[in-house]
Amino acid sequence: MRQDHLISATDLSREDIEAVLDHAAEIDANPAAYRQQHAGKVLGLCFFEPSTRTRMSFDTAMKRLGGQTVDMGPVESSSVKKGETLADTVRVVEGYADGLVLRHPSEGAAQMASEFVDVPLINAGDGAGQHPSQTLLDLYTIRENAGLDDLTIGIMGDLKYGRTVHSLAEALTNFDARQHFISPESLRLPRNVRYDLHASGSQVKEHTELDEVLPKLDVLYVTRIQRERFPDENEYRKVAGEYQIDAETLEAASDDLTIMHPLPRVDEISPDIDDTDHATYFEQAHNGVPVRMALLDILLSQDR
Amino acid sequence: MTENHELRVSKIQNGTVIDHVAGGQALNVLAILGIDGTSGETVSVGMNVPSDRLGRKDIVKVEGRELSQSEVDVLSLIAPAASINIVRDYEVVEKNRVVRPDVVSGIISCPNTNCITNADEPIEARFTVLSDGVRCEYCDSIVREDEVAANLTVN
Repeated sequence: MRQDHLISATDLSREDIEAVLDHAAEIDANPAAYRQQHAGKVLGLCFFEPSTRTRMSFDTAMKRLGGQTVDMGPVESSSVKKGETLADTVRVVEGYADGLVLRHPSEGAAQMASEFVDVPLINAGDGAGQHPSQTLLDLYTIRENAGLDDLTIGIMGDLKYGRTVHSLAEALTNFDARQHFISPESLRLPRNVRYDLHASGSQVKEHTELDEVLPKLDVLYVTRIQRERFPDENEYRKVAGEYQIDAETLEAASDDLTIMHPLPRVDEISPDIDDTDHATYFEQAHNGVPVRMALLDILLSQDR
Repeated sequence: MTENHELRVSKIQNGTVIDHVAGGQALNVLAILGIDGTSGETVSVGMNVPSDRLGRKDIVKVEGRELSQSEVDVLSLIAPAASINIVRDYEVVEKNRVVRPDVVSGIISCPNTNCITNADEPIEARFTVLSDGVRCEYCDSIVREDEVAANLTVN
């Protein structure tokens, strides 16, 4: 992997992805060997939106590499509240840190910010756009549980606004993966993602019902249907129950089915699945640390 | 174009004739050129004129003005079949088909209201040109060819 920033999953080749995942596996196997890897370095955490898992896992990853983090804190108490532009904010924080992690509510924010800084910048979610570091940990989890080639994956829920879905779908075009997208008509994949999937020649099908495809899946990636996105509450009610899964739903699934979720979940995965061999979402969340350690190690080690 | 059709729009002495514009796009061509009738330029417009190649086409003739390359670049997005004829002393001295550029910036706004280019940041919208539209280089939104005119910043 040889690039300055990680903005979009479309930036990642298969070789890039495998380099990060292989390095993450090395770190996972022997984390002590990396304890002082980036001692003395500082990572700037710029989160313009609420985040728990992503922020904490980047914080943990940097500290486990021997480095430190600086955090701009909540937007409400930052200079953003005084009207500072994002371009100015990242240029200021660049002076404090060796790398930046940015989450922002606007699509394209990470791309724009990367044009104003010379230190590596990682997109930790830009509105409904992309979330490529989540994708790397998703792929790491998929590789460990089902393998990344000859894979049949179902991606279900809010595909329109789900940035983790957009990144994952784009990244999977590098592999021999058959992708099935399950969503209400109103929450289908956005035009640009469908355009890229089509252009890549990937095997892609769209569905409105899970049972059309469940028995053939190796992985089911579930996302939350975001109630707040629906203009009409009745429209939400029509689809919400259709996209909940429980132990009974899984009677039609393969015994080897891996169920994933970027979390937080609300009611789309019943707790009665948690103790089954299908449930992989907590392992998936834990994988965020070694994968982000690998990503940071690669980006922060490049000669600048 | 037949003699009869040509008579619908008068000849110009010096300037530019933009021919083979898709029917109905002439007003968008004027918008791109910043022509709203207030600056005194003599402009002739033919709309929905019969055309062998396009079925129906628009023609715009601008007296006393030759277009810049950036203006031609933008025209190519809404009128990919257009030809640009430079006229001097009533004669066509140069005739060029528009060529679509790889990237356009500052002339189209992103229709995604949540795109960072629509926030108060020191950047302008930049688009990669596709075969049938353009794509925002920031938020990835795709604007189809028939939607470009509605998103021109010069409108």
